[in-house]
Parts: sequence; structure tokens; C-alpha cells
Amino acid sequence: MDFGFLDQLWVARIPLLKGLGVSISISLLSIVVGTVLGVFVGLALTYGYRPVQWLVRGYTDFIRGTPVLVLVLASYYVLSTVGIDLGPFQAGVLALAVFCSSHVGELVRGALQSIPKGQTEAAKAIGLTFPQTFAYVLGPQALRQALPAWVNTAAEMVKASTLLSIIGVGELLLRTQEVISRTFMSLEFYFFAGFLYFVINYGIERFGRYVERKTAVPS
Amino acid sequence: MTNLLEIRDLHKRYGTVEVLKGVDCAMRQGEVISIIGSSGSGKTTMLRCINMLEEFQGGTIAIDGQEIGYETAGGVRRRKPEREIARQRAMTGMAFQQFNLFPHMTAAANVMLGLVKVKKMGRDEARTLAEKWLDRVGLLSRKDHYPGQLSGGQQQRVAIARAIAMNPKLMLFDEVTSALDPELVNEVLQVIKALAEDGMSMLIVTHEMRFAYEVSSRVIFMNQGRIGEEGNPREMFLKPQTERLAEFLKTSTFN
Repeated sequence: MDFGFLDQLWVARIPLLKGLGVSISISLLSIVVGTVLGVFVGLALTYGYRPVQWLVRGYTDFIRGTPVLVLVLASYYVLSTVGIDLGPFQAGVLALAVFCSSHVGELVRGALQSIPKGQTEAAKAIGLTFPQTFAYVLGPQALRQALPAWVNTAAEMVKASTLLSIIGVGELLLRTQEVISRTFMSLEFYFFAGFLYFVINYGIERFGRYVERKTAVPS
Repeated sequence: MTNLLEIRDLHKRYGTVEVLKGVDCAMRQGEVISIIGSSGSGKTTMLRCINMLEEFQGGTIAIDGQEIGYETAGGVRRRKPEREIARQRAMTGMAFQQFNLFPHMTAAANVMLGLVKVKKMGRDEARTLAEKWLDRVGLLSRKDHYPGQLSGGQQQRVAIARAIAMNPKLMLFDEVTSALDPELVNEVLQVIKALAEDGMSMLIVTHEMRFAYEVSSRVIFMNQGRIGEEGNPREMFLKPQTERLAEFLKTSTFN
């Protein structure tokens, strides 16, 4: 039996590897795009003019209150009805990036608001402009503050990438299911896929810890 | 000769509450003025208006004849552009009750930030100057320490070095010893005293009456948003002219 699984694994190695590659691409793209967007969302939530704040607040509350699966399906099926025709991969990454941005936005807002007001005042008092204050005083502190939660979000995005199998993106889960439907070895191959997801997320977590250690302020 | 600082009819409101009800004050180069008064009398607020940490709704503040924060053109009073306000803030230095050092930077980096980013000084030059001032406040050996590794008194001295290194025309001290343990108060007061002896112009909001008495050339007593009384410290403390000041001094401790 064991030999049989390894045999089947060898046969299925190409589609599984491709699936893994697609899963990693989805995760990386949505994390990167979501984080960049999210930083702007967080800035708007913290420093934007009132109307901007309300608008962005509405955006994050709406996105965070919606299941990711619904976002993925909407991105793929609904956007095409209004003339935006995206392939399943693009639509899926868009949905995940949007989801990620609302979470990162909240993280950034929380981190910035947790910095005592005296920091901004001290920066002003030595004559720094707001962009300088953000770049040298608030940003670096917020980054350290938000890092642990950001690592969590990144891991969530890897897990959420499996939802793209629903709209037919050939990522790791869909490829695994295809292999299972041919070999009927559901236990083995699901375990194997689960193991791969674990390895990715464990790697992200270790990386997060490493960065945290590197940027820790002695006290 | 123009005054270093000239405040005219300063009014400040928070919503409907008026906390400064018309303050006038002129200060010459090299003066050391202590501002005393009970909490809520407006002394800290007045200080914070001078570097635009607080907006004010009426009156003018001028440093070296330059109007701070607002300009009036054609009868309309407008806030100056942020860039201009930032530049004006660099004319004053400020030390805070809570020190407000940047916790992610070493003592030296705290002092250097303004020199490099605002004064556009080269890093080497800025480092030399930062070390000179850290030496002056007795903390050169701590230059590579982070604020979290320093005592409150040491943090406050670094904060003073950070402000003074910018070579301000006027130093503002906002209750700089109020958050310190009693045994750490003196080291900070010594630093301020040394600056006074160097001829630095200073406005000091403080609860340390003996210190105010010893260091100031003039004392201002704030009372309910106005200047209640002012004069040289000897006369103020020994022969208060107003009921209010006499009352206040009675409840204050001299130690």
C-alpha cells in the first residue's frame, strides 16, 4: 500500500508540483497586492479626511463581513456581467487581494493608533513634516507592531487560496482532487496536500519570527 | 530691538470652553521665564501654542518678529502652509513631560534625526554634534542605548539634548520633571540650569517652585486663562500682590 502511494505520487508529481506552484503564486500575489493596498487603506482610515474615512470604512466593513468564498465567486461570476471579463486565476487573485487589503488596512490602522500622540508631537517639535514623521517615526513603530498579526494574515491567505479550486483554478487542492479521483487514495493524497500547506505556513511563520527578532528594539 | 517672543491677546478655545482668554507676553533674548499656576490654568496650553502643537483662534504669536502659524491677508486669518509651520517649529525646541523619545532609535539617533532630516546636515557632522550634546547632558556613554534601556531622568536628558542640538532660538519646557521619580528630578534640573547659565532663552512650565525661584529671571503666574501676576521671582514669591497667587503659593511645596 505504502509502495503504491509513493508510486502514484511519482506518477502525479508533475500536476501536483504545478498545483503547488499555482498555489504559491496565488498566495504571493494576493499577499503582496493586498498588503500594498492595505497600507493605503490603513492610512486613509487613520489620516484621511472624514468623507474618505467613511468611504474606506464602508469598504473594509463590507469586505470583512463577507465570506471569502462569496468574494471569490462574485469576482468570477458577477464581474463578468458588468463587462469585466477576468480569467479564473485573475478573478481569484483579485478577490483574495481585496480580502487581504481590508485585513491589512485594519492592522495598519490599529498599529498607527496604538502609537502615543507624544511621538507625533515630538517629531513636529523638531520640525519634521508629516511625511517625514511617518517615514522615520510612526511607520517603523507601526511596522513592528503590526508584524505578528500580518504574518497571521499571510498564512490565512495561503489557506484561502484553496477556495480558488471552486472556480476551476488548477491549484494544489484541485490537482490533488483530480489525482484522488483517478487513484481513489483520498486519505494519502489529502494528507500529502495538507502537509504541503503546513510546510508553506510554517515557513511563513518562521520567517515572521526571524524578522521580528531582527527588528526587535532592545529594552 | 524686536523681542524674541511676543504674544499678543492670545485666545484659545476647545469647543466652547475658552482656556486662554487673552494672554500678552513679551520676552527678550536670554530671558528665563517660569510659568507657574494650578492645573487647568492654561500654562501648558500657552506653551504648546508657541510651536503650533495647539491651534489658537485669536491673537498673534511672533518669534523674532515672525508671525507663527497664521497669516492675515485682507482681513482673513489663515493657517500657514504645513511646510512653513514645520519650518517655524524648528525655531523652538521643546521638552515634554513624557520625554517622547523615539523608542526604536538609539539616544544618538534620536538627537541626529532632526539634524539630518530638518537641518539637512551630513551624517558625520550630525553624529559629532549629537555626541557633543549628549556629552553636555552627561550621557555620552549611553549614546548607543535605546530609550527603553535608560532611566526616566536619562531619557529626559536625551530629549533635552535632542531639542537643544537643533540650535533653537527658544526652548520650551513642559513640566519636564513631573513624570520623574523624586530622586531623578535633580539631574534634569541641573541640565536646565546649565543651559540657563549659557544664556539660552527658555520658557519653563513647572511645579518645582524652588527651581523656578532659583533659575528664572521672571515668573509668570497663570490663573484661569490669563496672566494673574508677573515679576521677578524674589518679589513674586516673597510678596505676592494678588490673593490668588498667595493662595497658590500656600498650597505649593518648596523643596
